[in-house]
Amino acid sequence: MKENIQIRDAVPFNFGKNLKKALAIAAAIGLIALLWGIFISQAPASRIWANMWMNALMFLFLGLGALFFWAVNALGESTWQINIQRILEAMALTIPFSLILFVVTFPGLGHIFEWTHTEHLDRILQEKTPYLNIPFWILRMVIYFALWSFFAIYLRRVSVRNDFEPREDYLRRIRNTSGWFIVIFAITSSTSAWDWLMSIDAHWFSTLYGWYIFSSLFVSALAVIIIITVALRHYNILPNVTSEHLHDLGKYLFGFSIFWTYLWFSQYMLIWYSNIPEETFYYVERVRHFKTLFYLNVGLNFLVPLLALMTRNSKRQPLFLAGVSIVVLMGHYLDLYLAIMPGAVGHEAAAIGVLEIGLPFFYIAAFLAVFFVFFGKAKPVPENHPYFIESSSYENI
Amino acid sequence: MKSIVYGYFTDENDLLEAVKKLQDDGIRIEDVRTPFPVHGLDAILKLPRSGLPKVAFIAGLAGGVLALWFQIWVFTSAWPLVIGGKPYLSLPAFIPVTFEVTVLFAAFAMVIVFLVRSNLGPGSVPDILDEEVTDDHFQIILSEKHNKLSDTELVNALASTGALGVQNINTGK
Repeated sequence: MKENIQIRDAVPFNFGKNLKKALAIAAAIGLIALLWGIFISQAPASRIWANMWMNALMFLFLGLGALFFWAVNALGESTWQINIQRILEAMALTIPFSLILFVVTFPGLGHIFEWTHTEHLDRILQEKTPYLNIPFWILRMVIYFALWSFFAIYLRRVSVRNDFEPREDYLRRIRNTSGWFIVIFAITSSTSAWDWLMSIDAHWFSTLYGWYIFSSLFVSALAVIIIITVALRHYNILPNVTSEHLHDLGKYLFGFSIFWTYLWFSQYMLIWYSNIPEETFYYVERVRHFKTLFYLNVGLNFLVPLLALMTRNSKRQPLFLAGVSIVVLMGHYLDLYLAIMPGAVGHEAAAIGVLEIGLPFFYIAAFLAVFFVFFGKAKPVPENHPYFIESSSYENI
Repeated sequence: MKSIVYGYFTDENDLLEAVKKLQDDGIRIEDVRTPFPVHGLDAILKLPRSGLPKVAFIAGLAGGVLALWFQIWVFTSAWPLVIGGKPYLSLPAFIPVTFEVTVLFAAFAMVIVFLVRSNLGPGSVPDILDEEVTDDHFQIILSEKHNKLSDTELVNALASTGALGVQNINTGK
C-alpha cells in the first residue's frame, strides 16, 4: 500500500502581523486586569501574588507536559506523533522563559508561603526548616530549571540539525536523552510539586501529591497540544495531520483525565477514611468554603472528558475535540486555583473576579508568542525523521 | 447443495490486491482469514465497525449501577453497621467497589459476547478450512450462495488472482 501515500506540502508558517496584534491585545487585557487588581479592586496583596504564581506555574506546566510527551514517545520510538513533534518542541522551549515569571513573583513569596516567615514559625514548621528554607528552595528551583531547560534545548538542537544533515545515530541519541529526562523528571516533578504547591499548606502533606500535580500538568499540556494542532491544521500548516492523529491525541486526553480522577479520588478517599485532623483540614477548608468549585472541578475534569470523548467519532471531530480541550484546560486551571488559593489567600479574600479571569490572557499571549517564535524558526514538520512517512499514513485499527 | 471456494496467499499485499480485483469483477467475498490484523483490509471489505464497545458500555453501566445499589441497600437497610464513626451512607467508601464491578462486568461481557459471536466458546466446533491461517496463510473464502457465478467460475476467478491451493468443497448447508 506504500505507493498510495501522499505527503501534502505545507503552507509555511509565518508569525504575521495579525497574529502579533491579537497577542498584543490579549497581553494588554491581562495587564489591565493586573493593574485593576492592584489599584482599584482593593484585593489583598496575597491574592495578586498568588494569581501571578498560579499563572506562572500553568505556563511552566504546559511546556513541561509537552517535553514529557515528546520524551515518552521518543523513548518508545512511536511513529504517529512525528507530524506534531515540532509543536511539542516549541512548547518545550517555553520552559526557560517561565523562570522569568517565577523570578518576578519572588518579592511576593512571603504572601504565598507561610514557611518563609522564619521568625514566627510554630513547632511543626520549625522542624521542616531544613527542607523548607529560602536558600535551599531557590537552589532546588535553579537545579530543576537547569535540568529541564538543558533537555528541552538539547533535544530541540538534535532534532533541528537533522533537518539539514541527517545522521544515522539521530534516533538513538533522541531516545537515550529522552530516557534520562524521564528518569530525572520522575523525581523532579514530585519534588517541585512539594516545593511550589504542597508547601503553600505547609502543615499538610500527601504522599501522592507529586503524581496528582503531574497528572494535572500532563492533561493541561495535552489539551493545549490538541488546540494548537487543530488550529495549525486548519491553516494547512500541518496538512498531513489526519483525524487519526486527533483520534490518538483524544485517547490521551481521555485516558489521562481518568488517571487524574483516579489520583484525585485516591488522595481524597484515604484522607476521608483515616480521618486524622492533621490531614483532613486541607479538605475541610475546600469542601466547606469552596464547595461549588470543589465539585465543579471533578465535573469539568472527569465527567466532561469521560462522556464527551467516549465514542470514536467524538475524538475525530477537530472542532469538538478542541472544544472539549478548552473545557478541560479551564478545569485544570480551576484545579490549580483550588490547590493554591485556599492556603495562600484564605477563603475570606479568595474569589474569582477580574484578576482570575483577566490575568491569564497575559500569560496565554506570552506563551503563544514564545511558542510561535520557536515554531517559526524550524520547518513545521521534521521531514528527515526516519518515521515521517509512517506518521503521515498510519491508521487506527 | 451450496459449495464454497477458498484459496490462500502468503503475503498480505497480494491478498489486498486480490480482494480488490475480485470486488472489481463483482464477486462478493464471504470471508477473509488472516493470522494478524491487516491494515486497510476492513475498509476494503466495507466491514461494519464492531459492536463490542456498546456491549462494554451497557455491561459496565449495569455493573456500576448494580454495585452501587447493592452497597447502598446493604449498608442502609439490610445490615447497617457503623464503621469508623462514618454515616451509614458513605459514598466515597462505595466508589472503589463500584469501579471494580463496573470493570469486571464490562470485561466479562466483552469476552463472553466475543466468544459467542465468533463461535469460539467452549464446546463450539470452529469451521477451520486450513490450519495454516494461524501461521502464514492469508485465506479468501467465496460462497456460491451469495454469488451468481457457478462454483467452477468462482474457482477460476480466485485462481486467476494468484491464489494458491484453490479448493471447492460442499458444505451441505
